[in-house]
Amino acid sequence: MGLSGKDLVGLQFVPAEEIKLILDTATPMKEIIKRQIKKVPTLRGRSVVTVFYEASTRTRVSFELAAKYLSADTVNIAAGTSSVSKGEGLKDTARTIAAMGADLVVLRHPMAGAAELLARTINAPVINAGDGAHEHPSQALLDLFTVREKKGRLEGLKIAIIGDILHSRVARSDIWGFTKMGAEVRLSGPATLLPQGIEKTGAMIYASIEEAIADADVINILRIQTERQQQGLFPGLREYSQLFGINTERLKLAAPDALVMHPGPMNRGVEIAPEVADGVQSVINEQVTNGVAVRMALLYLLTGGGNQHEIAH
Amino acid sequence: MIKEKAQILDKEGIRRSLTRIAHEIIERNKGIENLALIGIRRRGAPLAERLAERIKEIEGCTTPVGILDITLYRDDLTTLAHHPLVRSTEIPFPVSGKKVILVDDVIYTGRTIRAALDAIIDLGRPKVIQLAVLVDRGHRELPIRSDYIGKNVPTSSKESVLVRLTEIDGEDRVIIFEPHG
Repeated sequence: MGLSGKDLVGLQFVPAEEIKLILDTATPMKEIIKRQIKKVPTLRGRSVVTVFYEASTRTRVSFELAAKYLSADTVNIAAGTSSVSKGEGLKDTARTIAAMGADLVVLRHPMAGAAELLARTINAPVINAGDGAHEHPSQALLDLFTVREKKGRLEGLKIAIIGDILHSRVARSDIWGFTKMGAEVRLSGPATLLPQGIEKTGAMIYASIEEAIADADVINILRIQTERQQQGLFPGLREYSQLFGINTERLKLAAPDALVMHPGPMNRGVEIAPEVADGVQSVINEQVTNGVAVRMALLYLLTGGGNQHEIAH
Repeated sequence: MIKEKAQILDKEGIRRSLTRIAHEIIERNKGIENLALIGIRRRGAPLAERLAERIKEIEGCTTPVGILDITLYRDDLTTLAHHPLVRSTEIPFPVSGKKVILVDDVIYTGRTIRAALDAIIDLGRPKVIQLAVLVDRGHRELPIRSDYIGKNVPTSSKESVLVRLTEIDGEDRVIIFEPHG
């Protein structure tokens, strides 16, 4: 089997067996990252274009390295330095990139649905690298991969996602991904940062952060997106830290071997205490490594990979 | 439709071939010092394990065994509608300086071996790479030859050679199939 869709715009409609295929494919990709020579000729002659309408370092670099490790050629387009700044719309930019022969496009965009629009506009596969507060599927897949690698399974685990759920595309993709793979997802944060109707996704909502964390196998701590907090949805960073920040005391409520995760970049001392971020339970740096492996798997699978058949000798 | 044309090797035939290859490996390399076996997934992997067992029975010492997945090194991925499933490469020893015996079940066009050579060289610089195969069926498209051969089987390019091993298929035998009707 391979991936049934041309693109990856979100995890909401990706079946569990395809998520498993992506995670299984990422395992041998991680082995390549650990090698001295981190390069295989798999996508030689293919081109991957990353189009970022929002600032991002880790996601963009992660996709670029993933493409380069597979020997693809990469081009990055940042909105501030492209014709976007001259007023060119997304569709026209997309058609221009497609006309230049891009084999795969990675898009980060501030508007929800932008990746879907792009996917419908061009024939090349599109990977959503974050669209507004909608989805960020590759981040969720690396979260799933990291948890499965550390815990050996996903089914039956209790995953607490803490913080700014309202603005978090990672949270939405995580909810779809973890629940599909049989885990229990618990959400908690300031009431003003919990979107209405989020319980319809299958996640459980907890008013008390302590209850959400209790016996959790994983605590995924979301970044307070200060750039999106113009509406005064909570009183201040100091109070947020006291009420919802994960410190060593709160961490003790979780399972003793609970994993601490964060999609980065971290606001140290706000949503996560420095000693938790750097503690033995933290897998934050491994998430970054795993991000490259998962993105290598996505590039491979979306450029035609995944059909299991015997090799002609 | 395909039909079974002939059985080339049975269980005993495979056992004898591997025992002979094990002796030839030891003889050509004047012992097993610095030797390592690397099986190509999938059926080269159990064959490498079996060769290591035979070598241990003869020499009394273990030889390291690794498994190589060459999917990411294939030169035909861009022409395939769907790429094959990638599996793990597990080589738990440095290949640099080693006498590597690459093991596969069948050699045909030579393209799998070419990919395997690229993959091994990306992992380090072996002193020498030799090739052991259970069946050599001819039809090479690249200048590659096997150093150790279980059985030479002249085939038509329309035929296919199927190696079945207990570890994967529940039985040991090698069969030729040909198109039917």
